[in-house]
Amino acid sequence: MRRFSLATLLREALRGHTGWAPQWRDATPKPAYDAIIVGAGGHGLATAYYLAAECGVRNVAVVEKGWLGGGNTARNTTIIRSNYLWEESEAIYEHSLKLWEDLSHALNYNTMYSPRGVMMLAHTVHDEQVLKRHIHANRLAGIDNEWLSPREAQEFCPILNTDPALRYPVLGAALQRRGGVARHDAVAWGYARAASALGVDIIQNCAVTGIRRGADGAVQGVETERGFIAAPQVGVVAAGHTSVLMAMAGVRMPLESFPLQALVSEPVKPVMPCVVMSNTIHAYISQSDKGELVIGAGTDVYTSYSQRGGLHIASDTLEAICELFPTVRRLRMLRSWGGIVDVTPDRSPIIGTTPVPGLFVNCGWGTGGFKATPGSGHVFAHTIAKGTPHPIAAPFALDRFRTGRLIDEAAAAAVAH
Amino acid sequence: MLIIRCPYCEANRPEPEFRHAGAAHIVRPLDPSATTDAEWAEFLYHRDNPRGTVAERWRHIHGCGRFFNALRDTVSDRILSTYPAGQGRPE
Repeated sequence: MRRFSLATLLREALRGHTGWAPQWRDATPKPAYDAIIVGAGGHGLATAYYLAAECGVRNVAVVEKGWLGGGNTARNTTIIRSNYLWEESEAIYEHSLKLWEDLSHALNYNTMYSPRGVMMLAHTVHDEQVLKRHIHANRLAGIDNEWLSPREAQEFCPILNTDPALRYPVLGAALQRRGGVARHDAVAWGYARAASALGVDIIQNCAVTGIRRGADGAVQGVETERGFIAAPQVGVVAAGHTSVLMAMAGVRMPLESFPLQALVSEPVKPVMPCVVMSNTIHAYISQSDKGELVIGAGTDVYTSYSQRGGLHIASDTLEAICELFPTVRRLRMLRSWGGIVDVTPDRSPIIGTTPVPGLFVNCGWGTGGFKATPGSGHVFAHTIAKGTPHPIAAPFALDRFRTGRLIDEAAAAAVAH
Repeated sequence: MLIIRCPYCEANRPEPEFRHAGAAHIVRPLDPSATTDAEWAEFLYHRDNPRGTVAERWRHIHGCGRFFNALRDTVSDRILSTYPAGQGRPE
């Protein structure tokens, strides 16, 4: 891997940028590996990277049915924050946020992490109580989160409409200043490049069609469109398609898959200095560096693998956006799309071992997985390498649905998280 | 947006008239005190979540108010049939 630096950039600029080589190897599968990761999204690639970089497991394949970072990694609204309610959630999301802060440096790849602040609006007394509860919990855990009055909220985001006559007036907001956004594609590319340089094989266009188990029940490898690939350890990191893959190993999951939509406007000059979220009227908005307003809508009410979503879901969100930010009313929307998110009953992820020896799973990130990409990959890599859960991952075991030790961020975060 | 046929009203209606009510044909354990934690987890949380045909409950909340079941393809979102609650899953 050729390291990026000012010197290499200058050199290439003088040579007309003719010397850049592909940043990772598009590998063909070998017959066997020490570990296979199913799914080359952000979480899967991060897992492979940390396996190679920190756990000494370099003979790793990442198997992907489509192309690298082409699923939910390419479809989300890139919001990063760690202001969750429960201690278990605070631990993993804050672990992730700390990794984000140094990620560009660690990967030698600009992930464009921008801590511009995430502001969550309160529109009702209930919202205000819930957000303040989060703020107090977060501050006890050493995570920054602060309460803003409507006026302070408007100072932080000048185009916010704080007119008390609104149908859902802004009563205040919780602000996490270290929250923000990052460039979603760059995260997948950066992890792929760094993992590939450490010897990880990234195998695209290679759908897994089966998970082979031996007579003792343990995993032996995966059947793919390009033949059988053996490995004593397989990690499934397949987001919305996790249920389908785990069924191949005979494991039923506490998951349901829903389409989640997002849309972007035509690009305009900078108007939105931060991320604004409203769970109550379901609107998330930020502005990309290209100038597009990036808007997150809700999930459809029914399970689906269609990667579309109903138009009425997106228009509900646009109504809320137009009310909160009247200045954007005349913008046209350029594109809308859907991703398939795997939702758990308690809206917390599942990370760890499964009833099948050698089979590991990292899923259930639901509507909020992007922010967790580095932390999720990090603790999952350690879990696979050691065969036992990383301390931060341990509370998120699959077994919690049997023991009843749920981590209920569903009630904590209303619709989404 | 889905167009859903309510089997009681015998009318095609737009999706916002209905509320989705999760997977169909899930039977609550008959003897709670004799049910193990694993069986409760199966009943409460574990779902087929199929990529293909799913049987699911809907409620015609802004119509007759009654629950019914639907078979739907989760890739195309096409509803294959709707049928009254209590009736077995059609082939």
